[in-house]
Amino acid sequence: MNETIRELLGRVGGLPVAVNEIADDADLYAAGLSSFASVQLMLGIEEAFDLEFPDSLLNRKSFASIQAIEQTLTQIVKTQAAA
Amino acid sequence: MDMQVSFLDRLFDAGLLIETGVDGLYGRSGQFEDVIAAFERLIDRVGGGDGAEAMRFPPGMNREFFETSGYMKSFPQLAGTVHSFCGSELDHMSLLKCMEVGDDWTAGQEATDIVLTPAACYPLYPTVARRGKISAKGALYDLQSYCFRHEPSKDPARQQLFRMREYVCMGTQQHVTDFRQSWMDRGVEMMKSVGLDVTIDIANDPFFGRAGKMMANNQRDQNLKFELLIPITSTANPTACMSFNYHQDAFGTKWGLNLEDGSVAHTACVGFGLERIALALFHTHGLDVKAWPQEVRATLWG
Repeated sequence: MNETIRELLGRVGGLPVAVNEIADDADLYAAGLSSFASVQLMLGIEEAFDLEFPDSLLNRKSFASIQAIEQTLTQIVKTQAAA
Repeated sequence: MDMQVSFLDRLFDAGLLIETGVDGLYGRSGQFEDVIAAFERLIDRVGGGDGAEAMRFPPGMNREFFETSGYMKSFPQLAGTVHSFCGSELDHMSLLKCMEVGDDWTAGQEATDIVLTPAACYPLYPTVARRGKISAKGALYDLQSYCFRHEPSKDPARQQLFRMREYVCMGTQQHVTDFRQSWMDRGVEMMKSVGLDVTIDIANDPFFGRAGKMMANNQRDQNLKFELLIPITSTANPTACMSFNYHQDAFGTKWGLNLEDGSVAHTACVGFGLERIALALFHTHGLDVKAWPQEVRATLWG
């Protein structure tokens, strides 16, 4: 999961630094992730993991760091499994 | 909905708005225009002392600037582009033929260099960027333009071509957020002075699609947009008559707006929906301006 997220971040994030230099818990917005790039990242993740973010998770916090994205995805997968 | 149609019908009946056959595209009477002119003078009295540089652009903007602005990323459903016939004499013949038989004659129309202005401040950013660095004291601009948004509706407060008056501030984060706050306070006072009952609430722009849902949530989470709301066609859903927007450094980065010290400028704007304010006045005080409360008339016409 971590690898796929990093690959997507590198492709659509438009960050001024290389993705492998970004720690899992680093603030992606501080690293230069724009609002529009975060939306593209969201769409890319949905496609790669074949899932849909519920409206309640479509916010900045869900994409604040690689770790936050992993947690959000885990939460979505769990909810979908329970449903 | 019925209430909206009936207010629109009353405005038509009173001759204040003039029907064109297209929802959201109306003519205005002299009386309607006089109310807008009077309210703009009130804006001048409140904001005039700030020394903003006034600029007036026509309601069309350079398509290249429009593309750079990223408007199509966020609001493709609202944009209006200007297309023209660019064909030969032969093409002209087939165009006329299409029109004659009622076929689609617009397919051959080609995009021109002009796009309808979606917000009064859009032509400003590239204009300021061309001038070079912005003074350390910041910069302030005064704009007004007809704007286009493709959202046909029978709600007279949601027109497709309407006027927006704006002040745009560029500078440090502190400078532009102070500017925005001061106009939120001024806006409430101004509306009170013309007898309008207002609330201010956090808001978001009508971003397109699911991606837009996230943009809207981000905008709200960061308190980037506030609106001054007045009941016009609905008390439950009052209409935004002013908006107060903090763009952070998004436009500064996009257009290369830099302060003298080399830092990227932050920007904020305050917009008045002039037709909406006039409609709020007519809705609140009645369609006969002569019967409006004396203090409201005094504030507007002295």
